Amino acid sequence: MNVAVLAGGRTPERDVSLRSGHRVQAALQELGHTAEAIDPGETSLAEALQERAPDLCYLAMHGKEGEDGTVQRLLDLLDLVYTGTSAFDCEVAFDKLLAKEALSRAGVPTPAWAPIEDAALRDLGAGAALGRAVDRVGLPCIVKPSRSGSALGVSTVARESDLPAAVMAALSFSGGVVVESAIAGAEIAIGVVGTPGEVLPAVEIVPKGGTYDYAARYTAGATEYFAPARLSENAAAACTDAAAAAWEALRLRDVTRVDMIVDAAGNPWVLEVNVSPGMTETSLLPMGASAAGMGLPQLCDVVMQSALSRRAR
Amino acid sequence: MAGFSIDRFVDLYAHRTSGMSASEVRALFAVASRPEVVSLAGGMPFVQALPTDDVLDVVREVLDEHGSAALQYGGGQGDPGLREQLARLMAAEGIEGDPDDIVITTGAQQALDLIGKIFIDPGDLIAVEAPAYVGALTAFGAYEPRYLQVEIDGDGMLVDQLEQALVRGERPKFVYTCPNFGNPSGVTLSYDRRQHLVSLCRETGIPIIEDNPYGLLLFEGEPLPSLRTLDPDNVIYLGTVSKVFSPGVRVGWALAEQSVVQRLVLAKEAADLCGSSFTMLVTERYFADEERWRSNLASLVETYRSRCHAMLEAIDEHFPDGAMWTRPAGGFYVWVTLPEWFDTRAMLAAAVERRVAYVPGTAFYPDGRGGNQMRLAFCYPSEDRIREGISRLGGLLEDEQDLYRSLHP
Repeated sequence: MNVAVLAGGRTPERDVSLRSGHRVQAALQELGHTAEAIDPGETSLAEALQERAPDLCYLAMHGKEGEDGTVQRLLDLLDLVYTGTSAFDCEVAFDKLLAKEALSRAGVPTPAWAPIEDAALRDLGAGAALGRAVDRVGLPCIVKPSRSGSALGVSTVARESDLPAAVMAALSFSGGVVVESAIAGAEIAIGVVGTPGEVLPAVEIVPKGGTYDYAARYTAGATEYFAPARLSENAAAACTDAAAAAWEALRLRDVTRVDMIVDAAGNPWVLEVNVSPGMTETSLLPMGASAAGMGLPQLCDVVMQSALSRRAR
Repeated sequence: MAGFSIDRFVDLYAHRTSGMSASEVRALFAVASRPEVVSLAGGMPFVQALPTDDVLDVVREVLDEHGSAALQYGGGQGDPGLREQLARLMAAEGIEGDPDDIVITTGAQQALDLIGKIFIDPGDLIAVEAPAYVGALTAFGAYEPRYLQVEIDGDGMLVDQLEQALVRGERPKFVYTCPNFGNPSGVTLSYDRRQHLVSLCRETGIPIIEDNPYGLLLFEGEPLPSLRTLDPDNVIYLGTVSKVFSPGVRVGWALAEQSVVQRLVLAKEAADLCGSSFTMLVTERYFADEERWRSNLASLVETYRSRCHAMLEAIDEHFPDGAMWTRPAGGFYVWVTLPEWFDTRAMLAAAVERRVAYVPGTAFYPDGRGGNQMRLAFCYPSEDRIREGISRLGGLLEDEQDLYRSLHP
């Protein structure tokens, strides 16, 4: 089969995406497919795809453009089959403000949050309501850009007086900001793959510096991982249920990674989902798959077959 | 499965590597290197100005005349002919130096590393100007020093501040400074402070590391005597051809007294046996024709002068009230200080989104200060691109101010 692996692009996660793409390409070749990598940061994607007319596009782009529905809309226009969630559902999943609303409506536990938007600050005087955000979520809280990945622009705020600076920093990455309750507990990532979605074993993340920030994610050795996670049987089951519920609520397809915190009582709280999770040697999804006895080629095959099953319809 | 690390050697690495980690600023620079982004970040010399024919002539002559020697190992101290040539190059700045007292290094960057290697034990105190060249901080940082940071103003390092620290009993192993239009500050250490610094260091027996990559790129005013000239015995002087010829040949040097030279040579041999014979000979040959290098340099300095002026004019026009910046008399950089609340590190993402890049100030301090500062390089982009980049940046600064006001009603 002739597969185009889309990786690279123009986001700060470009380098990570290229690494994911190389690994996916190698895995697909190992499966006997013709896999060619296309970097939309280097060539016109639309032209390259029309020229090659691949049977399938495997999406390994991360961050905006790759995960927010932009590339998905283009592929829809070109009538190409691609791995992962539909354009509209990507848009919702990628935007933490929308995703948390959708999760909450479906009864999936997600930490209390308050939205702050750039336009509301500039035009509607929303700065006067900043205290309300703290009232709602408490301190300490986490401040994140609503549309960004890899923990870029994320900070923890312990004092209310530090909130404006954290909001400004996050707004540098995105037009909206989520102020979220900080839940103490174990950081967990759970992959869901295939059709119907199969929930993989949870991976537990223990950053040596205490915070799973950009450096902890991408410096080899800066973080320890446990797969499967060191959870009680009940907590593990609750996490699996929460991942499956998030998958349903956000209408995800083929592959996703659900990030959550498990509190001291063993309750999971879904933080966010990633519709194009990292596939590098330091990435969480392949670790979870490996704990289920699934190597990278097998993982890619499941994702691919899941996408191809839509082609018949 | 038990807990595992991505890196199975993680518990084996030396402590000195603990500061080396992935950074989000680096991730943003990956995007900033795209052509549509005006990069005021990197300090890349404008090597396009160098006539290709001159370089071709030089390379051909080297291979014709030196043949196999150019492709062979050389001595650890570096090619004797080139050392003579470098002594003449320094003389152009009024600095006297015996070729025997020169060690050629792989760029001045290697000299910084070797100085760290021969002077710094873990926990030793060293004095650095603040802000200081980031490459010096990373080179020294591998040897795990503690830092005495000496602040600067428009006349360079505040030597009084250093003196106060010495009076308190602090004894740094050495003092590091880049006195001519320094990186990143663009400021020049005044004559009075040069005198004060050398006499203070001489009295206390603390050597000075004088890093002078930009000295010949003076485009305004008269050159000041180097620290080395003021006190040859107590100053270790670092030079490079990166800014006056090519950074690609990787030729820098240290000029020091013999005892230091000997240790530097041994350290250099331990690091890489010897520099590249080929590029040393190319460099020697390039500087052998004085008329050639002087005329190429003169046109380069003209380019930097007009780029610097374009940047300063654009900053005057586009930057909001409350911003302050240096006015360099040479070199590559303008250093900008914004109101306290600015976070130039986070703002870089928004800047790149607007297709302009700079280096956040925190990179130039060992302790993470400088959050409201940034370095702007005028050496590489054309004047039009510089104006465009500064206009984009000015618009961003205005918007950030609006946002700040809206968050503090």
